Amino acid sequence: MKAALITFPGSNCDRDMAVAIKSVTGRAPIAVWHSETTLGDVDFIALPGGFSYGDYLRCGAIAARSGIIPEIIRAGKRGVPILGICNGFQILTEIGLLPGALMRNAGLHFICRDVPLRVETSQSVFTGGYRTGSVVHMPVAHHDGNYFVDPDQQKRLDDEDRIAWRYCTKSGEVTPQANINGSVGNIAGVLNESRTILGMMPHPERMIESAHGGTDGRPLFESALSMLATL
Amino acid sequence: MSDVITPAIIQEHGLNEEEYARIERVLGRAPNLLELGIYSVMWSEHCSYKSSRLHLKKLPTKAPWVICGPGENAGVVDIGDGQAAIFKMESHNHPSFIEPYQGAATGVGGILRDVFTMGARPVANMNALRFGAPEHLKTRHLLSGVVAGIGGYGNCVGVPTVGGETDFHPSYNGNILVNAMTVGVAEIDKIFYSAAAGIGNSVVYVGSRTGRDGIHGATMASTEFSEDTEEKRPTVQVGDPFTEKRLIEACLELMSTDAIIAIQDMGAAGLTSSSVEMASKGGVGFALDLSKVPCREDGMQPYEMMLSESQERMLMVLKPGHEAEAQAIFRKWELDFAVIGQITDSGNLSLTFEGDLVADIPVPSLTDDAPIYDRPHVQPSRRAPLSPDQVARPDDYGAALLQLMGGPNLSSRRWIWEQYDHMVMADTIQRPGGDAAVVRVHGTQKALAISTDCTPRYVAADPKEGGKQAVAETWRNLTAVGATPLAITDCLNFGNPERPQIMGQFVGAIEGMAEACHALDYPVVSGNVSLYNETNGTGILPTPAIGGVGLLKNAQRMAGLAFRRTGDRLILIGETKGHLGSSLYMMDCLGREDGTPPPVDLVAERKNGDFVRSQIEAGLLDAVHDLSSGGLAASLCEMALAGNMGARIDLAPLSLPAHAALFGEDQARYLLAVSKDNLAEILALAEKAGIDAVDLGETGGSSIHIADVLDVPLDDLRKAHEGWMPQFMARADL
Repeated sequence: MKAALITFPGSNCDRDMAVAIKSVTGRAPIAVWHSETTLGDVDFIALPGGFSYGDYLRCGAIAARSGIIPEIIRAGKRGVPILGICNGFQILTEIGLLPGALMRNAGLHFICRDVPLRVETSQSVFTGGYRTGSVVHMPVAHHDGNYFVDPDQQKRLDDEDRIAWRYCTKSGEVTPQANINGSVGNIAGVLNESRTILGMMPHPERMIESAHGGTDGRPLFESALSMLATL
Repeated sequence: MSDVITPAIIQEHGLNEEEYARIERVLGRAPNLLELGIYSVMWSEHCSYKSSRLHLKKLPTKAPWVICGPGENAGVVDIGDGQAAIFKMESHNHPSFIEPYQGAATGVGGILRDVFTMGARPVANMNALRFGAPEHLKTRHLLSGVVAGIGGYGNCVGVPTVGGETDFHPSYNGNILVNAMTVGVAEIDKIFYSAAAGIGNSVVYVGSRTGRDGIHGATMASTEFSEDTEEKRPTVQVGDPFTEKRLIEACLELMSTDAIIAIQDMGAAGLTSSSVEMASKGGVGFALDLSKVPCREDGMQPYEMMLSESQERMLMVLKPGHEAEAQAIFRKWELDFAVIGQITDSGNLSLTFEGDLVADIPVPSLTDDAPIYDRPHVQPSRRAPLSPDQVARPDDYGAALLQLMGGPNLSSRRWIWEQYDHMVMADTIQRPGGDAAVVRVHGTQKALAISTDCTPRYVAADPKEGGKQAVAETWRNLTAVGATPLAITDCLNFGNPERPQIMGQFVGAIEGMAEACHALDYPVVSGNVSLYNETNGTGILPTPAIGGVGLLKNAQRMAGLAFRRTGDRLILIGETKGHLGSSLYMMDCLGREDGTPPPVDLVAERKNGDFVRSQIEAGLLDAVHDLSSGGLAASLCEMALAGNMGARIDLAPLSLPAHAALFGEDQARYLLAVSKDNLAEILALAEKAGIDAVDLGETGGSSIHIADVLDVPLDDLRKAHEGWMPQFMARADL
């Protein structure tokens, strides 16, 4: 698998993502600087977390104008799997590859902690290694993870089984108390129509070895790898 | 070059008559306003250490593993395999009181720069925070602003904030303490220093442009606060973590080439102190053309440029011919880059602006030959020791335990550290809440343990014992996770040194620290002094905050404090005498702050700690926690809460009144949880080593049960422990 990892000025989870990809696939991703304009022949694109352009103007808004973005949009439309984590998710909504927007957390504070997530669908290149309905734990670390879509769009996401994860209680109930940041429907991650692009606020790349406190992030990279291998 | 310097102008610059006369003698003429400003910041307490230097010399700074001690931007210790840990702690107290968000944020930015300036990638941030009484009207505003500022900066630059400490005491009502620490990792053969060299080499300015913020910040930080503090807001710098992140990456990228001779960040006193320090260390002169300094606004004058404390700026000396290579890297990261001068053999700092010579000062007069004071100091009168029967017992032990564990000083700091990204870089293997934070050295089996500690009420009661205790507690915390303590950085926060009582606290604390550092082979490699922490003549509790760093050669051997197994035996290591003087129990439950602090027996400290570490390394312990504020009771509760498992113990073997056994704060102690199978072996080993080890009980159940004393359900304890801070921050009546 040939993976590309995009770094913007202010990205700060790029190394963590590279380590996770390499630890699972055995190959380091190609480092792509934001101002480049070609991606080449890649079969997986990762947009890492961080604070591209310092979150100035609006999270992800300035990164969305980077030189590499048209190429990412073209690749995404061609069906190349794209994973956007945290700031990467924010960028994917800004460039229109995923619906909705990420607003300031309802509690107005930055939140960094492990949270339980309910797997809503195993039908995607990224969630194929999880059982629908099971509960996994991953860290969040964000100030602007409050996902918003209008009710029509939310219904569509539901109907089309495009919600990847929801914030839940330890036993898997999706309740208002478990909604850490005010997201509509407790949504923590969504898929595009063709189920090849995933944006999510939690950080699977920080849960890939036991020293991290768990390995629940690992199946995401493993399933992406195994599904890509069969393409 | 002439301005009229009036006594009023001299006073505004924080210089006294004698100091001004000294400037005239050095220059052989009256200084102009720019030169006066430069002397003012370089001779400020903050930059010159004029009251503290004599005493700082008493601190041990050497060990075989110390690569660079105090005097550079940060201290450097060898961690094996050709790698070094580089670290320092620094205060940003005054700015944080005036403007908490920016004050704290730029405190983090400044200490990060001190570390990456030396070639290290920052891998962990820590902090030590002190606020006024919870009920004081400003406390919540300051706390929320400081926490948001630390998080806002550290989260954005992508360096995990892995721990720290937060205390409340009325003595900080008008002068909070914000001490920030950064730890970085570098290759030993790629460490960068600040001594300029090579006559004719270019002096290069990189990073942000210079603005009008932070002018005279160092001078402000060297005076007491009074009613007009609010008017000092323009002396507070404004931080931009996005620029800092790019500056880190650009500097590290340039450092991987062979272009840099010397590099120094622009911290307090900005362009002035960075250029003066580089020239001074190299024994050379600097000729700078201020017309070339990148400025944020038009019309900035030399005085403003030299005294601005705009953030995210660095000064470098490059090898000849490497300018273009360096410029390309900074352009890639969209940062300013300008050659602003050359190294000269004049020994002077010579500044020109628009073709005119605007300042010409012999460099040594600003640094090595700056004033130095041996200020009078007196020790506080000796307090009377207290025996347990002079300290009231609680009517209800369970209620006292809940009050302590759910009080301002022992309650959970989760509300704070969940606002810090403590996991970015994916190497945090012991998160906040334990004895020490532990971060793996990326790509290795090694890890660094870090802890910041100080018990100011002890230092106030007995400066020397308090100074010893602060050092010993960090050593103990590092030991409790299994690390070998290597060295410390210190951040010495005191009141006005011109008062002999305050100077006495300072001198006593230094002597105690020095004694502990010697006894524990635990030298000081970097640090910072913050004096004049007073408002309207009332000083803070003396607070020599210590940041300790230790090494775990095998991160898999790391210990934690959480109970892991039901039926484990609980062994108390170290002698328990039931020392209640100056204890947290007295302060929080009885409203008393008298009595002597617990004496620190450094021989016992070392012996007990080495024993515990060897048992961790041997894999014999399931959980370890040191004992400090709140004594045995606090440690037992913290271990139970972390593991979500209760304990049943019996205090009878200690033969002390229950309140002394539970809440006494005798030093050099640890609580261990060990499997029944290992109990006999550990007790035998302890006996052989001549170490007190008492089997007190076992883990299990859903309450803290102390025979004949108390039984508190873990749920109630958790509610009190986790509840205090969120409820305090949400209170409507403050």
